[in-house]
Amino acid sequence: MTFCRSVRGRHGTNRPVTRRLAIGGQPRFFSSEEFQTVTAIASRIVPQPAARAPIPVASLVDDRLAGGASDGYRLAGMPRDGDAWRLGLKALDAEAKAAYDQPFHALAEGLQDTLLGRMQSGELKSPAWGSMAPQDFFKKRMARDVVLAYYAHPVAWSEIGWGGPASPRGYVRLDFDERDPWEAAEAGDGDEASIRRINRDVR
Amino acid sequence: MFDDPMKNPRARRGRAPDVFRPGGWVPMREYAQGEAVDFAIVGTGAGGGTLACRLAERGFSVVAFDAGPYFRPLEDFASDESEQTKLYWTDDRIVDGENPLQMGSNNSGKAVGGSTVHFAMVSLRFRPDWFKSRSRLGYGADWPLDWREMWGYYTEVEQALKIAGPVSYPWGPHRPRYPYRAHPLNAAARALAQGCEAMGIRWTETPLATLSAPRGLAHPCVYRGFCVTGCSTNAKQSALVTWIPRAIAAGAEIRDLAMVGKIETGQAGLVTGLHYHREGAWHFQRARNVVVAGYAIETPRLLLNSANGRFPDGLANSSGLVGKNLMAQSNQAVWGVMDHEVRSYKGPPSLAITEHWNYEDSGKDFFGGYSYMSQGPLPQLWANTQMSAHGLWGSRLVAEMEDYNHVVGLKIVGEMLPQESNRVTLADEVDQYGLRIPRITYSWCDNDKRLIDHSLKFMTRALRAANARDLWTQDDDTCHLNGTARMGSAPESSVVDADCRSWDIPNLWICDGSVFPTVGGVNPSLTIQAIACRTADRIAALARRGELEADARVRA
Repeated sequence: MTFCRSVRGRHGTNRPVTRRLAIGGQPRFFSSEEFQTVTAIASRIVPQPAARAPIPVASLVDDRLAGGASDGYRLAGMPRDGDAWRLGLKALDAEAKAAYDQPFHALAEGLQDTLLGRMQSGELKSPAWGSMAPQDFFKKRMARDVVLAYYAHPVAWSEIGWGGPASPRGYVRLDFDERDPWEAAEAGDGDEASIRRINRDVR
Repeated sequence: MFDDPMKNPRARRGRAPDVFRPGGWVPMREYAQGEAVDFAIVGTGAGGGTLACRLAERGFSVVAFDAGPYFRPLEDFASDESEQTKLYWTDDRIVDGENPLQMGSNNSGKAVGGSTVHFAMVSLRFRPDWFKSRSRLGYGADWPLDWREMWGYYTEVEQALKIAGPVSYPWGPHRPRYPYRAHPLNAAARALAQGCEAMGIRWTETPLATLSAPRGLAHPCVYRGFCVTGCSTNAKQSALVTWIPRAIAAGAEIRDLAMVGKIETGQAGLVTGLHYHREGAWHFQRARNVVVAGYAIETPRLLLNSANGRFPDGLANSSGLVGKNLMAQSNQAVWGVMDHEVRSYKGPPSLAITEHWNYEDSGKDFFGGYSYMSQGPLPQLWANTQMSAHGLWGSRLVAEMEDYNHVVGLKIVGEMLPQESNRVTLADEVDQYGLRIPRITYSWCDNDKRLIDHSLKFMTRALRAANARDLWTQDDDTCHLNGTARMGSAPESSVVDADCRSWDIPNLWICDGSVFPTVGGVNPSLTIQAIACRTADRIAALARRGELEADARVRA
């Protein structure tokens, strides 16, 4: 795991990343009820450590849908991106209420995970899903949008040890166990102090 | 924004963007809509961009249309996966069948330069036998082209794109040295090499369309790894920075943000021009010839959407084959983790390749072949692969992602067989232009499944031999799009002839991956460009002999 990153580089890259870092607050696409559910889903698909400020995953998903973005294709029977979300959230709440008598966001994390797992494996059968298969909504829309939102954020890049957009400088050290000098070093076993010293200056 | 290429056309008022200079312009000839141009070309990617260049250089008047924006990579491209989704064709499409295709970022471009703006630059020649796969190998369909002639056109394209490749290529007949030196191997490529050597098969540096030395105003690749999200340094030799500037210099006009919705035919049964949508209105461009080069989904869609009283089943469709025989290529992978730091995000994603199973026919229980290459997924792509193909979410996903710098993978480009049931048809729903959207139906046949199975077993052994652990397979992925308007030797069994000229309408041509009767086990872009170069030569030869229009009149 590494600790540092930077979004410096040509302005072409700074612009979208800076804009992304400012996203948060009230939803523009989802209603506040829907947004509560999306927030609960996101925290189960990409759980975040309590020790740092969370990446606003639900807001990032909302921003994409509010902007009208689309993957550009959908399975037969599946609505377009935003409509698929609305339908899926409604169906998930219907499943939660039928099984546990509570909306999804109010469930304990373990029960939320159970429902999401059953959605992934296609075991949910409520008529509220309409013509959309729950497993398709999971894989092609819900978890996809959540995962892409999380790993578009510089904090997540640091979490996985990726130094961010290498533009315009690029890389020269390509081989096994080579690290370009501006990249963070990996924390080894029992060598945290010297790794911290190296990583203090990489950006 | 005043100069937003996604909203306002840039190529107009006698100038087009200079792709080599931020904010720069180059002069561009313009043609009147009411006067027939020699060629109106639909699409500016590997097929249309190449053909526009070669026809303009031979003195024909050419207008090439693209539904997408006209980017200047140096100022418009970010090193960011999300931002660069602007390069993809994301208009509404429906997918179905047993194995629905993934579209969008996977295989579809919407920009001047087409999908070459975000392709992985892998530039491979067909195995010669594939041009006669039915007669020589017992499957698929024969092409009406001779491999020896194609070998010359491959050389022409490799020179035009300054392909960086190995000193000698391990498979197939002799080919000239690649114009530029091969790129250095990254760790992911070294893992491929280690696996091949352990398995006793050959490997080589992948021939790539990205510069390994300076070329004009373009710099060599600096190994940022953002190739499939659009190269912001112009090292990538896409149609946008190679064929298109040449086309404009030779007098072609490019119309960006111009969606062609219908091709018009006249009383003689010949095409007379095309209707296109630009700047909020429909326009009509007269043309003596129309070339459709929209790739294997949009090409049949346009031909089918152009149906009229005389051609009720769509244009060029007397064979009934327009839209049929759609072929993706299998794109399965084996992934694992190494103790070493791999950091596979550095450099072009596929720096090493083996074509062993394209050229070796024994030990197979399937027709066709596959190559496999090293991989370098960026974070978002990798996270989505872990979720969608590995089924991970929650704390398992987050934990697995922390191994990102240790991930290594091998991925095939595998031949899928042509089947008429894999096809593009029109759905009842319409898009933002009011045009019926495509429905894309795709199912793997038994042969496709056997090839995939063979490749996954082999790559698993190879990756294990390279000391990777925790291996898993990505079973459901495809890449590239071909077929849907196949070329052939007879009007009953094909849509176009060897010259990419439609059998039914002699002044209607199709020049892109749609014309492939089979796909082989290599990335198609080099072959598409080679066919486009050949088509331009054939058109010039026909014109010299007076057969371009005279023949058109006779056949009408």
